[in-house]
Amino acid sequence: MTIAVSILPEQQLAALNAAYRQAVARKRLRLFAGAVVFIAALILAAIGAEVNLRTLFAYFGNFVSYFDRILTLDSGQRVWTDPGEWLWGWYKWGKLLGETLLISYVGTLIGAVCAFCLNFFAAENTSPAPWLRFTVRRLLEFARTVPGIVFALIFVMAFGLGPMAGVLAIAIHSTGALGKLFAEIVENADMKPVEGVRSTGASWLSCMRFAVLPQVSAGYVSYALLRFEINVRESSVMGFVGAGGIGQELVVAIRKFYYSDVSAILLMIVLTIFVIDITTGWLRARLFGKDARS
Amino acid sequence: MKELEKPDTAALRAKYPDAFERPAAARLATPAMIAAALAVFIFGLHDLGFEPAKFIAGLKQLGWITMMMIPPDPGTSLPLYLKALGETLSIALLGTTLAATLALPVSLLAARNIVPPNIIRFPVRRFLDSIRGVDTLIWALVWINVVGLGPFAGVLAIMVSDFGALGKLFSEAIEAADKKQVEGIRASGGNAFHEIRFGLMPQVLPVIAGQVLYFIESNTRSASIIGIVGAGGIGLQLAEQIRVLEWQKVSFLVLMILVAVAAIDFISGKLRFAIIGRRAVA
Repeated sequence: MTIAVSILPEQQLAALNAAYRQAVARKRLRLFAGAVVFIAALILAAIGAEVNLRTLFAYFGNFVSYFDRILTLDSGQRVWTDPGEWLWGWYKWGKLLGETLLISYVGTLIGAVCAFCLNFFAAENTSPAPWLRFTVRRLLEFARTVPGIVFALIFVMAFGLGPMAGVLAIAIHSTGALGKLFAEIVENADMKPVEGVRSTGASWLSCMRFAVLPQVSAGYVSYALLRFEINVRESSVMGFVGAGGIGQELVVAIRKFYYSDVSAILLMIVLTIFVIDITTGWLRARLFGKDARS
Repeated sequence: MKELEKPDTAALRAKYPDAFERPAAARLATPAMIAAALAVFIFGLHDLGFEPAKFIAGLKQLGWITMMMIPPDPGTSLPLYLKALGETLSIALLGTTLAATLALPVSLLAARNIVPPNIIRFPVRRFLDSIRGVDTLIWALVWINVVGLGPFAGVLAIMVSDFGALGKLFSEAIEAADKKQVEGIRASGGNAFHEIRFGLMPQVLPVIAGQVLYFIESNTRSASIIGIVGAGGIGLQLAEQIRVLEWQKVSFLVLMILVAVAAIDFISGKLRFAIIGRRAVA
């Protein structure tokens, strides 16, 4: 059996080849130009960030030996040979971790409630007035863009050292982040029930309560759980600026070179975050089925 | 007009008891959950030392601070702040690029369709997860111990913490890629390297580029705070001005961060659309 492959005449082929080469050349040129711009930006950034490769190479051994040191006890043994000695402060650290969890829980709940109160005003389809929507949106954007730890720094000045500042910082940041997500859920909601409820002469509040809320509440809980997960991570560093939780102990251990304590606290933080991740993931799958995980 | 037939309520009630009288357990579940959540909340408020008097005093103080912040004013240190902002942007760009470069090969190891055996994939994934579990600020503290104070520590901190996050995202993008093109390469006689280079990379690179751009954007935010622990950038100035109570400068610095984040947001949005077209970014 022979297969016939049609071959175009030479002139036609040459024209097509030329067109192909030109197209590829243009694409390559664009890629090349993009790469040059990118590399120039990188070099500029390297100068701006005072990157010094010599320092890195000179001190890279330090990085490795740092991990070596944090995994060594004062007695010179590896940490895992003597867990009792390694985790000597487990009770104190566990209590602080509990405080960290509480900070993120209370902060997330306050943030979720505030976001819940604000999101109907921020969503395009339910907002009573355009100016109100604009104001609420800008407010949420502000709360979301300023990093939580900056709020914490300022709140420590206002409310004094302690977990209260951390809770409020987390609450404000969560309000911003959740408010936006909640408003997006509301914007995706079906508006027909709202019309139905309104046609009975219901007020705006009743429309929200009986037409919108039943559609969106599952999404709200799912996002709030996701936010809780993120906030646990964030509240573990709130102590760096004196806003409560395990961060305080960690920063002291790192700054004062209590090496084995650093690894013990880090281990406890990472384990806690694993447990929280798995629990909230399981809870969300349980509550809303697998597809709600986004 | 014909009258509608009256439904036989009693029979329906007998047939579908759950629709009329939901079992007590189902009706109590939601209030019970809300009550439990509230109980933990109140315990938390108590345990974390929330007292109304302290709260109100703090609010007064906060109101006073806010008044002091207006109008934002950099004083004479505007050039210093601009330099710090440049440093922050550099940290974000460099850190993310390095993280992406390092994460790409590792993410291949964590993808099911490249490395089928669980025994390699599982440790790689857990490794990435534990890196992600540690916050950027903690990494910054660690790197300060290694390379000293300054923006370089910030670059390395962003690099390490994003390495974990990007590794996970990349491996998910790779797992979502279409198998047919890889099979096509294999059918035409390509080896494993060719399969990855010509079958897989063209599919995943646009997705990856979109994610990296998104991370540059979110890292501008992280890079603006790692200065708080001494790793360079605008956060250093911010923390300093808060400590010496120069509130006008503080509000100016916060505004600078907001503007920078918005600008990067805008640029990376444009670039993302240019690279991947109008497709939604996962």
